[in-house]
Amino acid sequence: MELIETAFTPWASLVGGLLIGLGTVLLMVVRGNVLGATGILAGFMTPSSSSDWAWRATIIAGMLSGPFALMLFTGHLPAIEVPVTKWMMILGGFIVGMGVTYGSGCTSGHGVCGMSRLSPRSITATLTFMLAAGITVYIIRHVIGG
Amino acid sequence: MEKILTYIAGLMFGVGVSLGGMANPAKVQNFFDVFGIWDPSLAFVMGGAVLITAPGYWLVFRRGKPLFASGFSVPTNRTIDVKLIGGSAVFGIGWGIAGFCPGASIPVTATLNPDVLIFTGAMIAGIFTAKGLMAWSASRNLQADQA
Repeated sequence: MELIETAFTPWASLVGGLLIGLGTVLLMVVRGNVLGATGILAGFMTPSSSSDWAWRATIIAGMLSGPFALMLFTGHLPAIEVPVTKWMMILGGFIVGMGVTYGSGCTSGHGVCGMSRLSPRSITATLTFMLAAGITVYIIRHVIGG
Repeated sequence: MEKILTYIAGLMFGVGVSLGGMANPAKVQNFFDVFGIWDPSLAFVMGGAVLITAPGYWLVFRRGKPLFASGFSVPTNRTIDVKLIGGSAVFGIGWGIAGFCPGASIPVTATLNPDVLIFTGAMIAGIFTAKGLMAWSASRNLQADQA
C-alpha cells in the first residue's frame, strides 16, 4: 500500500464523462439497451441466444478499442496507477463481482443509465455504493493505514 | 449499420472511461479520500455522463422506438429491497478496496496491465459465484415451497 497523488483534471474528466454519455445514448437509440457494464458482461458470458451474444461482443470490442483510440490523440495509453496490493485487487475484484450481481448493476448501469432515467432503484443503489466506497477508502487510509 | 453503431457506442464509452480517469485506481480512491489527498475529478465524469444521458434518453424515449429493435429493453423492476442495497453496498466496498469498477476495468483489459487482468478475473469469478448462489437459493426456496 502506498499513497499516489493524482492531479485534478476537470476538463479531461468532463470530456470523458460527456463521451460516456454519448455512447450510452447512442446504444439506446440504436438497440434500445442500457449501457450497463455489469449487464453487458454477464450477458456476454452467459448469452440467451447467438444474436444476444453478438451485440454484446460488438460493444465490448468497441470498449476494448477505447484505450488505443485515445492513444492516437495523446500518444500514450491511459495511466493505471495502483496504490494497493495484488491481494487487495483479487479481494476487491471478487467482492465487486458479487456485489454488482446481487445489486443488478454498477457505476454505468445504475450511476449513469438508471440515474438519468430517475429510477428510484438506481438512485438508491448509486447513493449506497458511493457511500460504501467512501467509508471503505476512509477506513483503509485513515483507520487502518492512519 | 447496427453493428457499426453499437461498436461506436462501446468505443465512445471506452475512450471516455480512459480519458476521464475512471480506470485509474489511484484517481478513483483519491476521489473518495475527501479527508486525505482528495481529487474531485471523477465527479466531472459522472456529472458529464448524466448531463448527456438524461436529456438524451428523454429525447430517445419520446421518439417511441429504437432504430434497430421493436422496443426499448429498460429494467422494469421497481422493488427497493435488501438484495439491491446489500449488493450495492458490497460493490462499493470492493470498489473502494481495488479502485476499479466493472465499466472502468473492461476497456483497459486491452492494455494487458497485470492489475487490471487480476481484478477482472477475480470480478468474473465473483459474478459466477453470485449467480451460482442465487440459483442455489432459488432452487432451495422452490423445494421448500413444494414440500
